[in-house]
Amino acid sequence: MTAVTTRAEGSAGPDQRSLLEIEDLHVTFQRRNGPATRAVDGVSYQVRPGEIVGVVGESGSGKSVTSLAVMGLLPPRGVRVFGSVRYDGRELLGLSGGQMAALRGRDLSMVFQDPMSSLNPVVRIGVQITEVLLAHQSMSRAAAREEAEHLLRQCGIPDPRRRLDEYPHQLSGGMRQRVMIAIALACKPRLLICDEPTTALDVTIQAQVLELLKELVTELGTAMIMITHDLGVVAGLCDRVNVMYAGRIVESGDRRELFAHPRHRYTEGLLSSIPRLNEDRTEPLRPIPGTPRDVVGWDDACAFAPRCRYAQDDCIVGGLELVGTEHPDHLLRCVHPAPYYLDAGAGHETDTAGGEDR
Amino acid sequence: MLRFVVRRILLLIPVLVGLSVLLFIWVRALPGDPAKALLGEKGTPAAVARLNAQYGFDQPIHVQFIKYVGQLVRGNFGSSAVSGEPVLPTFVERFPATIELAVAALLFAVIVGIPLGYLAARRAGGALDLFLVSGSLLGTVIPVFVLAYLLKVVFAVGLPGHIGGFKLSSLAFLPASGRQDVAIDATHITNFYILDGLLTREWDSAANAAVHLILPAIALGSIPLAIVVRMTRASVIDVLGEDYVRTANAKGLAKSLITRRHVMRNALLPVITTIGLQTGGLLSGAVLTESVFAFNGIGSYLFNAIGSLDYSVLQGFILIIALVYSLVNLIVDLLYGIIDPRIRTS
Amino acid sequence: MSTVTEGVEPGDLESGPINRSPKLAALMAGQPDHESGVSLWRGAFRRMRRNPSAIVGAVIVLAFVIIAVCAPLIAPYDPANSAWINQVTPEDVPGPSAGHPLGLDPSGSDELTQLIFGARQSLIIGVVATGIGLIVGMTLGTLAGAFGGWVDTAVMRVVDIMLSIPGLMLAVSVAAVLGRRPISIMIAIAAVQVPVFARLLRGSMLSQRRQDYVLASFSLGLRRRTVVMSHVLPNSVGPVIVQATLTLATAIIEVAALSYLGLGDPDPAVAEWGRMLVKAQDRLQSDPQLTLLPGACIAVTALGFTLFGEALREALDPKSRR
Repeated sequence: MTAVTTRAEGSAGPDQRSLLEIEDLHVTFQRRNGPATRAVDGVSYQVRPGEIVGVVGESGSGKSVTSLAVMGLLPPRGVRVFGSVRYDGRELLGLSGGQMAALRGRDLSMVFQDPMSSLNPVVRIGVQITEVLLAHQSMSRAAAREEAEHLLRQCGIPDPRRRLDEYPHQLSGGMRQRVMIAIALACKPRLLICDEPTTALDVTIQAQVLELLKELVTELGTAMIMITHDLGVVAGLCDRVNVMYAGRIVESGDRRELFAHPRHRYTEGLLSSIPRLNEDRTEPLRPIPGTPRDVVGWDDACAFAPRCRYAQDDCIVGGLELVGTEHPDHLLRCVHPAPYYLDAGAGHETDTAGGEDR
Repeated sequence: MLRFVVRRILLLIPVLVGLSVLLFIWVRALPGDPAKALLGEKGTPAAVARLNAQYGFDQPIHVQFIKYVGQLVRGNFGSSAVSGEPVLPTFVERFPATIELAVAALLFAVIVGIPLGYLAARRAGGALDLFLVSGSLLGTVIPVFVLAYLLKVVFAVGLPGHIGGFKLSSLAFLPASGRQDVAIDATHITNFYILDGLLTREWDSAANAAVHLILPAIALGSIPLAIVVRMTRASVIDVLGEDYVRTANAKGLAKSLITRRHVMRNALLPVITTIGLQTGGLLSGAVLTESVFAFNGIGSYLFNAIGSLDYSVLQGFILIIALVYSLVNLIVDLLYGIIDPRIRTS
Repeated sequence: MSTVTEGVEPGDLESGPINRSPKLAALMAGQPDHESGVSLWRGAFRRMRRNPSAIVGAVIVLAFVIIAVCAPLIAPYDPANSAWINQVTPEDVPGPSAGHPLGLDPSGSDELTQLIFGARQSLIIGVVATGIGLIVGMTLGTLAGAFGGWVDTAVMRVVDIMLSIPGLMLAVSVAAVLGRRPISIMIAIAAVQVPVFARLLRGSMLSQRRQDYVLASFSLGLRRRTVVMSHVLPNSVGPVIVQATLTLATAIIEVAALSYLGLGDPDPAVAEWGRMLVKAQDRLQSDPQLTLLPGACIAVTALGFTLFGEALREALDPKSRR
């Protein structure tokens, strides 16, 4: 759990039209000998310019695959993608490789989870940065190098000029991730997708990297999608949060509202499973029972039902929709959600995510 | 880095020592009297006595070994039992031919093999891939000398008969034997015929030598080609699944740039090591291939020596071949250490 | 963060077990079952059954073995029988006819008989050579791996020295020293294989030794020898079998090469594919089938073993891309 200071109010940007609109996205993996896997099973959400959207879920929830589909980075064979992904009004699914390549790195950028394996071990850092610049902007090689040095400095890397000629294995994990961020933001993209950028890092470095990300995207006005399983990351960083389970969004809303009033049983479970510092040691832990494998298809029922203490027979219906709640903008896919406690410990700035006390 | 280099070179020493011990044991294990065995029919009693003195065959073992190593170090690898020619000078004179052949075979394997391996990897599972994988598998199981004969008969000597209206012997346009047509009367300086032709500006002589290399090089290079194709294919498939290739795609770089800088630079590293290991096979293969084409390298000479059980030549040539092989592998290892930045900068 | 570890009942730690309605339980029961654990060998066998090249390889190997073993029963004539020598002229060797489905060979024997008995010779030499190489190599490798220290260094030095001589050259030197007997070729080829098996076993032992289950066994008080023999060694069997199969393929080719070089069995009554190639080389233009037939036999047999061995390797590899 990381403690990060929150973002100022009202910086979601003046332009209300969505920068990125994902509508009913489905991604299915077809293995050669085996059943098809529905990794993404009908996901819809938007990102407004300058907004920071969090996508929370366990591994297998489909959160990473969604972003790969947006970027067009899914393997060409064995995968079926359908639905709609619109960037600035323009449909991305179905664009040719060349058209997508023009957008990637320049308008849409991504930071991946493991910085060691995500950087080419036999190419110098400097080249790995300048190649993005040279691919999308017309500048001389010398100018690109200057810019690369400037980017490294901006990302908090000491002695950047020397680093340009070094190789990834000569840098520490935190520094490598800063390099990845520098690469991703080099052409000042309008949307940055971060897929668990701090999971592979030491805890002490995590906060620094998140702080850096927030600083940079605020300064550039870049919208960001932060994919994570760590609610602490979300708590300090995001404007909106989407909670995913088994390939679909089960709850979505403003960050503060969600943390204060989690309605979906899964979200509720996530929040209350975090041990609290001020709890009595003899209090038992409250995990969510079962494993992410205890799932039924969304076509037949609520996928979370096998693990839900409150599941009842009318949860076992297919086609559950994401519907609004009492609070505007707070969407929910649940038949028996948690009740809405009007004033339960909510509305404060949170440094540790907390559910209500029961 | 320097430590790496020094350590690799030092590792060579026990190998050299071990080789000389092995050869020593080998000579002692020859049937009958070692001196007589080494001299063969040329072994007059006087010559036998002289050899005994030189190698100390009638003295205690450790003395023998020291004398033996002493002879080797002095460059005295004995003389052929058949022709009486000294072994080492014969080797040196004929080696350039085999080097030319081996280099040509290696170039063939690499220039054809790497692109094919890459193509197979990119279209893995497809028809082309299946064809290339089966082809390369076949390439490893056809004995080199069988392939050499087939190539010679089809493309040099000429098959009898027709297929349809097509006369099979018209496929035979390449030379059947030798390193160069005698009629050309080329000047030879280094005994590397192509190099000689270039140095003396006798272009036709260089071209002629090159043409004579074609069939032997293809025969000899067939196995390295097959191995390079499979290695490159496997390596590229591995690299294509790596995260940094995904990052390169996420940057929106041009496909050719990604292939060149991100895929191939990593995929070719294991292939380089394989090439070093291939030289052993190339030298052995030369023994089987050169004689088919009457190519005057060390291979055909050794071929005859084996047939006539000329132990002196066997001993000398095999020792030198082992030394060359070790040296080549050392150089390849060092090269790899220079090319891979992870080793270079540690 | 939010999941229960396996083996703990859901709801154990909190307010009562999850009551799943029968409708939900039925729905869950219909879900696809994840692959249940299966032993390494059974899983490998299953994967190989689905692999076409494995099947092709297995068929070839089986055919080869059957032909070789049943040679005296299958072949039309005796291999030493060269009664038809008068039909052979310097320009021509008779092709297929009624009594000789594949024609004659340059010495006046039946070609088909020669090929069939050649298979037998290849099998015998190949199996014996690989067997010797396996036993010696495995012993050396196990000693090196199990004891470590100076034993390891000494064995590895010897292995390195042997590997510094290219394979064929090593075989040639051994065969030359031992003289022209059938056993010489077997030992020569075995000598080339010893370093390969030694390295393999040593590597396998070293990597197994570092595994946690070995530490656990030691901590339970098991003796080193017990651990090696009953735990570590069985786990190394897979790669060894794969290597033995692949080595058999190269052995078949090397036998031919050694015959071609003149180091093979001098007895003219023994049929051997490599020797058939030697006899055929002068007649390449007039009777190319004399080269093609034994050459094809060598290639196909080696191919069969290679396909099978590679398929086996892929099937046993737990990290295999399937």
